[in-house]
Amino acid sequence: MATLKLKNLKKGFEGLQIIKGIDLEVLDKEFVVFVGPSGCGKSTLLRLIAGLEDVSSGHIELDGRDITEVSPAKRDLAMVFQTYALYPHMTVRKNMSFALDLAGGDKAEVQRKVDDAARILELTPLLDRKPRQLSGGQRQRVAIGRAIVRNPKIFLFDEPLSNLDAALRVQMRLELARLHQELQATMIYVTHDQVEAMTLANKVVVLNGGRIEQVGSPLELYHHPANLFVAGFLGTPKMAFLKGKVSAVDTGGCEVSLDAGLQLALPHSSAALKVGDPVTLGIRPEHLELATAGQPGLSVTADVSERLGSDTFCHVLADSGEPLTVRLRGDLNNPYGQRLQLHLGAEHCHLFDANGDAVSHALRAAA
Amino acid sequence: MMTLKQSRRLQSVALGGLSWLIALLIFFPILWMVLTSFKTEIDAFATPPLFFFHPTLENYIHIQERSDYLHFAWNSIAISFSATILCLLIAVPAAYSMAFYETKRTKQTLLWMLSTKMLPPVGVLMPIYLLAKGTGLLDTKLALIIIYTLVNLPIVVWMVYTYFKDVPRDILEAARLDGATLLQEMLRVLLPISKGGLASTALLSLILCWNEAFWSLNLSSSQAAPLTALIASYSSPEGLFWAKLSAVSTLACAPILIFGWISQKQLVRGLSFGAVK
Repeated sequence: MATLKLKNLKKGFEGLQIIKGIDLEVLDKEFVVFVGPSGCGKSTLLRLIAGLEDVSSGHIELDGRDITEVSPAKRDLAMVFQTYALYPHMTVRKNMSFALDLAGGDKAEVQRKVDDAARILELTPLLDRKPRQLSGGQRQRVAIGRAIVRNPKIFLFDEPLSNLDAALRVQMRLELARLHQELQATMIYVTHDQVEAMTLANKVVVLNGGRIEQVGSPLELYHHPANLFVAGFLGTPKMAFLKGKVSAVDTGGCEVSLDAGLQLALPHSSAALKVGDPVTLGIRPEHLELATAGQPGLSVTADVSERLGSDTFCHVLADSGEPLTVRLRGDLNNPYGQRLQLHLGAEHCHLFDANGDAVSHALRAAA
Repeated sequence: MMTLKQSRRLQSVALGGLSWLIALLIFFPILWMVLTSFKTEIDAFATPPLFFFHPTLENYIHIQERSDYLHFAWNSIAISFSATILCLLIAVPAAYSMAFYETKRTKQTLLWMLSTKMLPPVGVLMPIYLLAKGTGLLDTKLALIIIYTLVNLPIVVWMVYTYFKDVPRDILEAARLDGATLLQEMLRVLLPISKGGLASTALLSLILCWNEAFWSLNLSSSQAAPLTALIASYSSPEGLFWAKLSAVSTLACAPILIFGWISQKQLVRGLSFGAVK
């Protein structure tokens, strides 16, 4: 059992607020990912949990015990660093047993734990090597092994894959997911890579400017972003945004007139929404398609295309100058410079008010 | 016309020749000292200088008869090693806090420490002499150990600080999360990682202590006098005896030269302040 509670956690450096009041609960066996752009405070938040930084105000509770003032050594947490932070003068075996040796564990028991972790991570043949004799991926596994042998209450990962090359990153991502299944441990993982966040997490915490923007399961965040920031941050290519004004409101929805020159009836409604309010419409690349003859559509001009084989991502510009990305079939010819008509499925659109907050979707809210 | 290959070759030969010339120029005084130590006093004075002569050991025999070389050598060893160990004991914690818990004033503190090296030692000769006299430490090894420690402390702190700066913070934080106390973090992680740098720092400190002359001449006479004082005792009022002076200088330099020769590699690392890895 390991549950973590952050209560109104704040952290400032020399008058500058980095973490501006975070409330969060991490449940037992959860894989929580902190994601956000660089400088959003996600690494600082992890370091606060680890005890490597002092909290300015607020509390951290682990299994109901206040650990805000407890030293890192006594928190029973293990951390995997971005730089691996292996002890260069020790062998892999020594690196992994270091914490247990310090705690004065029984030699045979320590040996058994190291051997077990090495087997899980396929490090057994490397146990007598020094870190400098290992590849990046192997070092990363040793760093994870060092955490596993301690059997900590919570595993903390600080951008553990960002120093690996693309292929290895994908492989390690899978291994981490498998490890979480196998160990059934509570894990907190920091990354700026939203693909890692989407693929690994049970719960994603999107951070921006030291605040939580939204917390939820990956798909919840993807399909129901709470605001413009989350909508724009999750998903590659990014969601397209089109500015417009509310032209009519009724109980079941509203009508929006886009600056790009399209009237659209949407199933979004809110009590605060009035005719004439400025709004932003968001739509993901996979929800845009070429309009069939006679279908009303948004007129755009095709710019460059990125052909990935299975899909083609075509970048287009609306007449209002707003950029959009459309996912098209992979075998389509490059439409560069052509005028295209795009069909926007109203049920897939997201609507955000003047403050950037999402306007609720009648159909989805019901579902 | 020279081909490109030929001109490159010529260039490298010329550069090589120049390097040798400069190296020989720098080495020449030492060579001349050693040669002179094997000459008679008459030969040592000869003009033009003699490159070929009948070598003799009479200067070395004379020194053995006149003074107790081993007594001075032991003083040099005891003072240099003690001062170096003491210096490191103070410098390591100081550099640790400056390298890993940097504050706004750390840089200024480092500069201030270094600035004390810019003060001419003779400027504080009187107060230090009086202090030594007052505490009864005149002509004791302890006085020289304390002075050498303080004199070398700035440079040793700087060097250790530079080496510690090269140690990734993450490694120490990992040790902290692994449950290491401050002492364990230092002894089991930080010091083993920076042992190369610490060795070269210790070596440099040893050499500086060994060669120090100003304070040893002023604060010691017979009991605590190291080899530098032995050399000075040969420039006597009766006149300069070049051959004997050379012999005693050779004897004084030899141990540290041999020591330096053996540990060349470490020393180069030390002097380049961690730039060469």
